[in-house]
Amino acid sequence: MSVLELRDAGFSYGSRSVLDDVSLGIAEGESVGLVGESGAGKSTILRLLLGLAAPRDGSVLFDGRPLDLRDRSLMRRFRASVQPVFQDPYSSLDPRQRIDRIVGEPLRSLGLARGADAASRVEEAVAAVGLDADTLTRYPHEFSGGQRQRIAIARALVSRPRVLLADEPVSALDVTTRVQVIDLLARLRRENGLTLVMVSHDLSAVASVCERTVVLQHGRIVEAGATRSILSSPSTAYARQLVAAVPRLPR
Amino acid sequence: MTLLDVTGLTVRADAAPLVDDVSFTLDAGDRVGLIGESGSGKSLTSLAAVGLLPPALRVSGSVRLDGHEIVGTPDARLRALRGPVAQVVFQEPLTALDPLMRVGKQIAEPLRRHLNLRGGALGEAVATALSEVALTDPRIARAYPHELSGGQRQRVAIAIALAARPQLLIADEPTTALDVTVQDAVLTLLERLIAERDMALLFVSHDLAVVSRMVERIVVLQRGVAVEEGPVDRVLRDPQHPYTRALVASARALDAALDASEGDAE
Repeated sequence: MSVLELRDAGFSYGSRSVLDDVSLGIAEGESVGLVGESGAGKSTILRLLLGLAAPRDGSVLFDGRPLDLRDRSLMRRFRASVQPVFQDPYSSLDPRQRIDRIVGEPLRSLGLARGADAASRVEEAVAAVGLDADTLTRYPHEFSGGQRQRIAIARALVSRPRVLLADEPVSALDVTTRVQVIDLLARLRRENGLTLVMVSHDLSAVASVCERTVVLQHGRIVEAGATRSILSSPSTAYARQLVAAVPRLPR
Repeated sequence: MTLLDVTGLTVRADAAPLVDDVSFTLDAGDRVGLIGESGSGKSLTSLAAVGLLPPALRVSGSVRLDGHEIVGTPDARLRALRGPVAQVVFQEPLTALDPLMRVGKQIAEPLRRHLNLRGGALGEAVATALSEVALTDPRIARAYPHELSGGQRQRVAIAIALAARPQLLIADEPTTALDVTVQDAVLTLLERLIAERDMALLFVSHDLAVVSRMVERIVVLQRGVAVEEGPVDRVLRDPQHPYTRALVASARALDAALDASEGDAE
């Protein structure tokens, strides 16, 4: 059974439809990349899977049950299990808060842990992303972009989620840091059995982490399958064009 | 002939230099890349080459463009020089274009100023400039920038930059804001125009794969210092400086993922 699923989902901003008839199941433990260009609907799918918006038609299922944004106990369980990582680590961390408070925020808002228990889970999450314990008493401005993205990932891990939904998690990072954060995501997946859904316009980032790739264009899925086969033998014209356009290093 | 000669260029905001004693040269027809990560000083270096740095920054050293010293020269005198010698295409065409002016008029401006075209000849030159950047729809000349796609806007910005037939085109991350298929098309366009006009190119980018497609030689910048310079294939094959080695290794790891794609970074 899928841990998360979109069934015949559509979404509109006002009168403009940005997603049509999208069906997508995410199995426990798998890693799926959503790729496509601006306006393809990648981030909209992620918003639906995160329960930040309800679909115009179709449904979003969590453990096989339709997600009901008004069902508070279901949504609380959902939020603890499905955590987001956003693109820009400069705007996603509150500059006035210390790192321990930022990382511990999901524990407070979801009522998962308090006091010493919460503190030890925050320490555990920060260690899991490869940062020192002295990180906890500092503020976001003291960290580089790559370190901030690690902090954002620690915050996503603190509720011990089953699924991470990452929206362009490495796009704002320099290439040397990008590789390190990609390695971190791959390791977390391997060691914690995390399910990962990653939206990216960068095919090499998706290829580094995701076993399965879904190609979107104009709000529809045009191709889906093993990342390896989409890269080596894309079957639709659009996927072929997308793969061929990726800048490559000379041999 | 040396078109751009940068010697000991140093740019400071306060005490710490943002560009620190950078030197390189570019001859007519050369294609050179400035590569580095955020804060490496690559954009400041390219802006200094044409005297477009913000006045609050202090510049020392020498930049000679087609034999004329740029550092310390008043803006009014630089303007006459820039047109036929060096033009810049920036990363974000929406901010480089005037939002209130139809794009045809924006292309006409440099044609009028530098080539002294008027009337019907000017209209024809605008149409030709647009068709050279593969914008053949006649409605585009009458459009405002916000009515165009990102790729179309960058083509317009290229048409404006090339209008005065410069000997050197400076492209500062010209495709970073574009989708990958659009990036590919714009790079192909730049390659064709540069070859046809035998222009020199100074290409600024954080992306080694893009840079290596566009240029023959690269200068690697790290925190304002030029740490390595050489032919692209040599730098990629045998990087000397530890920073270049890290940069090349990271780019290679991402590139290799596209071939291997084991669903795992290691």
